[in-house]
Amino acid sequence: MLSLKNVCWSAPDGKKVLNNISLDVDEGKLVAITGPNGGGKTSLARVIAGIEPVQSGKILLNGEDVTNLDITERARKGISFAFQQPVRFKGITVRKLLEIASGQSMGNDQLCQILGSVGLCAKDYLNREIDSTLSGGEIKRIEIATIFARHTCLSIFDEPEAGIDLWSFKNLIQVFNDMHKNLKGTLIIISHQERILRIADEIIMVSEGQVQKRGSSEEMMQHILKNQAAVSACYKQEENLNG
Amino acid sequence: MANVFNNITKGLLEAITDFSDVFKGAYSIRENGSCASMQSTKNIIITPKKDKPGIDINVLPGTKNETVSIPACVTHSNVDDLVYNDFFIGDNCDIVIAAGCGVHTDGEESSSHNGIHRFFIGKNSRVRYEEKHIGTGSGTGSRTIDPVTEIHLEENALLEMNTSQISGVTKSVRKTTATAAAGAKLIIKERILTDGEQIADTFFEVELNGEGSGADIISHSVAKDNSRQNYVSTIIGNAPCSGHSECDAIIADNAIVDASPRLLARNNDAALIHEAAIGKIAGEQILKLRTLGLTEAEAEAKIIEGFLA
Repeated sequence: MLSLKNVCWSAPDGKKVLNNISLDVDEGKLVAITGPNGGGKTSLARVIAGIEPVQSGKILLNGEDVTNLDITERARKGISFAFQQPVRFKGITVRKLLEIASGQSMGNDQLCQILGSVGLCAKDYLNREIDSTLSGGEIKRIEIATIFARHTCLSIFDEPEAGIDLWSFKNLIQVFNDMHKNLKGTLIIISHQERILRIADEIIMVSEGQVQKRGSSEEMMQHILKNQAAVSACYKQEENLNG
Repeated sequence: MANVFNNITKGLLEAITDFSDVFKGAYSIRENGSCASMQSTKNIIITPKKDKPGIDINVLPGTKNETVSIPACVTHSNVDDLVYNDFFIGDNCDIVIAAGCGVHTDGEESSSHNGIHRFFIGKNSRVRYEEKHIGTGSGTGSRTIDPVTEIHLEENALLEMNTSQISGVTKSVRKTTATAAAGAKLIIKERILTDGEQIADTFFEVELNGEGSGADIISHSVAKDNSRQNYVSTIIGNAPCSGHSECDAIIADNAIVDASPRLLARNNDAALIHEAAIGKIAGEQILKLRTLGLTEAEAEAKIIEGFLA
């Protein structure tokens, strides 16, 4: 349902971040994208959502070329994007934001269901402003709720675990499991977290702006853990030499 | 029986109050400098002033769940309206006051409305005061609204004032002063939007005189095009009290906003805070709303709508 063909994107300072990257994501899958910091994961997600324009290559959504569509047009075609650091709005309530996300006014029952799915009680949150009175965990869940409210064919989450407490994180796993089960769309989650990677149908390892390896969650986890063990051993060896 | 007004007056009344065909409760409708319609109730008695233009509104002690509406409309150019309205609210009341003013001009000449309102609010009374100001019409003449509000709160009284000026007023100078006795609370929420060449000046001065008195003044404003806004608030803590002043402004285009929140502590148990922030709409906010399917213009409009809500 999503295809990237030879996509290139460079940062404003000229550094090449996405280096001729190509990948396909099948419909209805939960795909985790992981890899080292600075390897191009977030840039990849932003390029798919249209936040960053590609410099060359093509992006196809359900066979339609969306490369030249802007953020709004891609959102209307069915791409949702949850930011790593959700933005706060003074004056806009949770109810209002969810209604904007869904494109219609919503009844309390619907809103309750959406907020309930991210573990928030509608009664306590609907009329609250999305401002600094909300904790990092609360605002993250509201960000995810906006994706629920949209119910689009492709939902992208950029490091949903970043900046949230352990309790919220544990619930987050359940939220993604439920979303995968109940929503028919495709989910792409950018993450470093083992527990998130383990619930994915497929893991794609991105590094140096390219797909380094991809496979089922089981085989990729073995590969990742083996590499981590090798890296740790290497650090240990270095420490011993220095010590 | 329905109140009958011409279309311009009707439009202005609908914009500044929740009017639809008929006013309920006590009311006094002012149109182009004179009284168009007036009604008292058993507990809220409205009488015209004898020495100057305006009315006295007497609310009997213990009056609860009643509303008094006193909107003013100017429907054409060349009107310079000045009115003095005094509210005497007895002890233990719980009422809503709907005021506000609309100025409409279609000609080249200017029109203005200056409403001078005084509130004397008795012990333990709670009052919600809704005040909306707008300007309408295609005229090139200026539409000026200069409201003056003077508030006196007795022991444990509460006034919640929601005041807004959202469109069409060429120039306004808004002055509000208040005194609060022991345990009295004043909450002011101001919303202002200026565009074109409009100018809006706001002055608040609140004296917290009694132990346990408090004030919360929150102003959200949006300045666009070449408009200018000036916000000055002063909270004076003369007793053990709490005061908070917040001025948040969104600025766009070539607009100018000055904000001067001032705190004067005259008692070492006065707890006073001020916050002021001026800036353009954050790019991340627009980006987020665009990922939800809004265009850039739609996103800006939603952000401003929420900010001024």
